[in-house]
Amino acid sequence: MPFELETARNPEKLKRVAIEPVSRVEGHGKVTILLDDDNHVEQVRLHIVEFRGFEKFIEGRPYWEVPVMVQRLCGICPVSHHLAASKALDQIVGATLTPTAEKIRRLMHYGQILQSHALHFFHLSSPDLLFGFGSDVATRNIVGVIAAAPEVAKKGVLLRKYGQEVIRMTSGKRVHGTGSVPGGVNKSLSAEERAALQKEIYTMVSWSREAVQIIKGLFEKNLAEYNSFGRFTAHSMGLVRADGAMDLYHGGLRARRSDGSTLFDHFDYSRYWDVITEDVKSWSYMKFPFFNAMKNSDDGWYRVGPLTRVTQCDFIPTPLADKERQEFMAFDKGSATGATLGYHWARMIEMLHAAEAIKDLLHDDDIVGKELMATGQRQERGVGVIEAPRGTLIHHYRVDENDQVTRANLIVSTTHNNQAMNEAIRVVAKQYLDGKELTEGLLNHIEVAIRCFDPCLSCATHALGQMPLEVELVDADGTALDRMTRNMHGVCDRPTLD
Amino acid sequence: MSEQQTFLLDNEEIPFNPGETIMQAAKAAGKYIPHLCWHPEFKPHGSCKLCTVKVNGRFGSSCTMQATAGITVENRTTELDDKRRTLLQMLFIEGNHFCPSCEKSGNCLLQATAYDLGMMSPHFDHFYPDRPVDASHPDVLLDFNRCILCSLCVQASELADKKFVFNMGGRGMRGRKIIINSESGKLGDTNFSVDDRAASICPVGVILKKRVGFAVPYGERKYDKAPASVVEVAK
Repeated sequence: MPFELETARNPEKLKRVAIEPVSRVEGHGKVTILLDDDNHVEQVRLHIVEFRGFEKFIEGRPYWEVPVMVQRLCGICPVSHHLAASKALDQIVGATLTPTAEKIRRLMHYGQILQSHALHFFHLSSPDLLFGFGSDVATRNIVGVIAAAPEVAKKGVLLRKYGQEVIRMTSGKRVHGTGSVPGGVNKSLSAEERAALQKEIYTMVSWSREAVQIIKGLFEKNLAEYNSFGRFTAHSMGLVRADGAMDLYHGGLRARRSDGSTLFDHFDYSRYWDVITEDVKSWSYMKFPFFNAMKNSDDGWYRVGPLTRVTQCDFIPTPLADKERQEFMAFDKGSATGATLGYHWARMIEMLHAAEAIKDLLHDDDIVGKELMATGQRQERGVGVIEAPRGTLIHHYRVDENDQVTRANLIVSTTHNNQAMNEAIRVVAKQYLDGKELTEGLLNHIEVAIRCFDPCLSCATHALGQMPLEVELVDADGTALDRMTRNMHGVCDRPTLD
Repeated sequence: MSEQQTFLLDNEEIPFNPGETIMQAAKAAGKYIPHLCWHPEFKPHGSCKLCTVKVNGRFGSSCTMQATAGITVENRTTELDDKRRTLLQMLFIEGNHFCPSCEKSGNCLLQATAYDLGMMSPHFDHFYPDRPVDASHPDVLLDFNRCILCSLCVQASELADKKFVFNMGGRGMRGRKIIINSESGKLGDTNFSVDDRAASICPVGVILKKRVGFAVPYGERKYDKAPASVVEVAK
């Protein structure tokens, strides 16, 4: 059964509005909205307009090249691809990691979570949250945040910088390092590096706590709107540790149905295809994964990411973040746990967890150890799964006896959230656009819903704000009725129609 | 005892012994002449043309031209370095040199020379040749996408290893290539060993020891510590 608003009955008779590209997200996508003559919404779709092809062109490459090559999928979360690939190739080389290798990788990963979450919250989403979804577009950006709340902006920038430093010291570079290799890591921390990170970490924990209070305060202040904005119910999935704790680096898969009941728990991800299948649709380059138990993508779609992880785990294994999790779960009788904007709150709780986890690791002597590599019995197949900033990330490889990759399958976090994002923007279109004359501020509500998921649409490079935008209203005959443009400098114009 | 003979290299007097090339004399004097296909252990090949200098105002390959008393040699001039950058750009676009995911990055003479000469872009359209990877050998992988046809592997296998595993074959801009001396054309069907001199002679990322990959972190690779202009004179 098709989703409501996915496919209009008579699209040729409807007006088409396109938001292209969607701004302040990673990568490039567009939203199309079909409206009838009374501006009632009939169809809404989030399209992913890029094709990447990594799965194909790494075929034939030597396996040890893969963690460095595939991380080029993304400029924001390359560490996640770097580590997911490394975990899969650990299985190929049959290695059980040394304590130093695993802890250096975890440190790298928490640095990634910290910088990515800070980037998304402060740089990309805070303009919407602090100024309002339909506020003046001229100031609804990071420069506006710097002018209005310089201390908040500064802490956001420095939190991200610290995360990038953790990545640099563990992988060799802030972006696209080489630290994680099949079977281990190529460096540990020096005493000087450890001391430099220790010096700043308590400030980072403190600022992360403040960030949680910012989003919590916004929820309290705008309770009705935040709880209802783009709200929908969905199944969910994420990794949890064997004891049920949040673990962003390793664990088993836990999935819950939309009613909260458990679908599967502690599932060994090395056979993920037993529980997940990928569907395709003709209008998007992104696949639509679904739970096998529900038989099809219409019923079996689900969401992943911070909101899922924070609500699914039994506890967070760092005290400050767990206290915030408990408050989040109890807030307004748990209403925020199902709110699309609850992603932001959960994301900041995770940022706090990452800062605490970094602090703990920096006090563990294994991170300056020298046992970096391990080997074992070669295998043909490896699956690596990690909780990336945006959600569950799956890398799956087959390698032949000559050490060449023969098959690769990547299911990136945003792919899991594909249907969920479409669902969110359809709800928002109904809530805010239906029957109204379009304005830039109203269209931004669609983008706000997408940004809740912090999507990495191409998992490539990030597009920061002020992307050129052209929205056109066209009648059933193809005649332009209305047009709005936004140029590279963020200036909106309504040009006269010919 | 006869007087030491000299020539002028970029206005500096460079001593040389009879029979030495300009390249050999310059290196002995600690002067860097950019090069790719030249290696001090083997006879000059003269194919990359990066070591082209001006001798008394005329172009010549410093790796093959014998030093002569009293000649004036121009080396690191704007004109010559411009031409060297163009040669490097042509080498980069002729193969598939993707430094970001190449394990030779940081240890690659082509990359280091490009950095040293300030090559900022490929400039020309890429050829994107379709060249196979030979992974048939248990310990060594050949990625011909990165071959610059320097022939050092041919010489090393022939002169140092006495095995004749590699040779030059084919014709023309797209046809010229390294061929493997076995019936199947695969390295796995030769007596090549990872301990051969030819296994470690490649200046770029064609001949690679398997399962090493990115084991050496940033900061500890050959050209992280010093640029090509220093490393190549010191070795």
